[in-house]
Amino acid sequence: MELLAFGDTGWGDELFRATLMTIAVSITAMIIGFSFAAIFTPLKLSKYKPLNLIANVYTTVIRGVPELLVIYLFFFGGSGAIMFVASMFGYNEYIEINAFVTGSFAIGIISGAYSTEVFRGAIQSIDKGQFEAAKVLGFSKFKQFYKIILPQMLRLAIPNLSNVWQITLKDTSLISVTGLVEIMRQSYIAAGSTRDPLFFYSFAAVLYLLLTFLSMKLINKLEIKYSRGY
Amino acid sequence: MDFELMINSFPKLLGATVITLKLLSVSLIVGLFIGLLFAILRLNKNILINKFAYGYSYIFRGTPLLVQIFIIYFGLGQIEYLRSTFLWVILKEPYWCAIIAFALNTGAYTSEILRSAFQTIKPGIIEAGKSLGISNKIIFYKIQIPIAIRQSLPAYGNEIILMMKGTSLASTVTLMDLTGVAKYIISTTFKPIEVFIVAGGIYLFMTFIIHNVIKFLEKKYSFN
Repeated sequence: MELLAFGDTGWGDELFRATLMTIAVSITAMIIGFSFAAIFTPLKLSKYKPLNLIANVYTTVIRGVPELLVIYLFFFGGSGAIMFVASMFGYNEYIEINAFVTGSFAIGIISGAYSTEVFRGAIQSIDKGQFEAAKVLGFSKFKQFYKIILPQMLRLAIPNLSNVWQITLKDTSLISVTGLVEIMRQSYIAAGSTRDPLFFYSFAAVLYLLLTFLSMKLINKLEIKYSRGY
Repeated sequence: MDFELMINSFPKLLGATVITLKLLSVSLIVGLFIGLLFAILRLNKNILINKFAYGYSYIFRGTPLLVQIFIIYFGLGQIEYLRSTFLWVILKEPYWCAIIAFALNTGAYTSEILRSAFQTIKPGIIEAGKSLGISNKIIFYKIQIPIAIRQSLPAYGNEIILMMKGTSLASTVTLMDLTGVAKYIISTTFKPIEVFIVAGGIYLFMTFIIHNVIKFLEKKYSFN
């Protein structure tokens, strides 16, 4: 137990900060994922084949390739890509992007591919009559989406989005390979310096379980909120 | 684009794919048995057995695979007692540690897939078997299991693909699987995009094959 003490003697405060980091990365990645989904879902549902193709390539490649490989691509290629863009504007110094940005971007792109599929499925399962009714009543395209489609889509999407959240949360453990100090990395450091890997990795497992458990509780509340009237 | 590197790294990555496939197939086979066992336990009426099976699947589905591998590879070696038993022969090898972790992980997901498949079998089918005088054991093996397997094919296909991606974590415990070799080539040449295209292409090809095999099986064993 003294291994978990707060302060200089134990790893309690370090692990607490690491847990906050895991939550921060997961939420950032989820938001980045939603932005990707916001771009790619309309492309998936578009009538134009080339746009469909772009969105399909994105979701198929990301969902068919291991997360770790995507993370390595960003970890080793991220600063190179940014430096390449910067060099076009005449900036030739070395640029280093920090592990948080690379990590949440890599996980975000993965999470976005799953979210895209969820939103596509949700929109497709909304009754066609809803779209037609909205059109007939003369709603503008913008209003059709925000007032009629979006609320119904959210209700249908939340159960599956909760799966995406769980996947995203667990995927953040993989960015420990880039050196970002989240739960996994912190446990690795603690296990190395105390030579007690069994305890620290088991504790990490408990922390992840706690996070998934608490987030499920929260999502269940959201689910109830969005299914009012059903 | 460095096409020469892409061509040169292809045979190396293809060689590493063999390890990925070995890890995948062994852990899927072991995982299928674990999954079937725990699915049956989940359907048991005894609350203790039921809760135990639920706890198993909850823990393995609620924690990252990486944690599970690290606990087995780094953690279990710490227990003095284990080092003196024959188990140590297995647990000191990263290869077997990875397989144990993968099998337990996929076992947990498989048990959930099979459980829901068992639960969706129409009671009428079992009753029909009973009224024909077939013993409970034969109803289970000859009626329930085949139907459950057919029902769970689509979900199990997804699980195979997820597991194939999961084997990439073997590279974190020093195994040189497809991702491990890809990372090695990236870190020595600093050409991440080229290597990603080749290694990702191999993974996508495997996903494609698995997807189509499952689709074929689904068609072959469909009810109508």
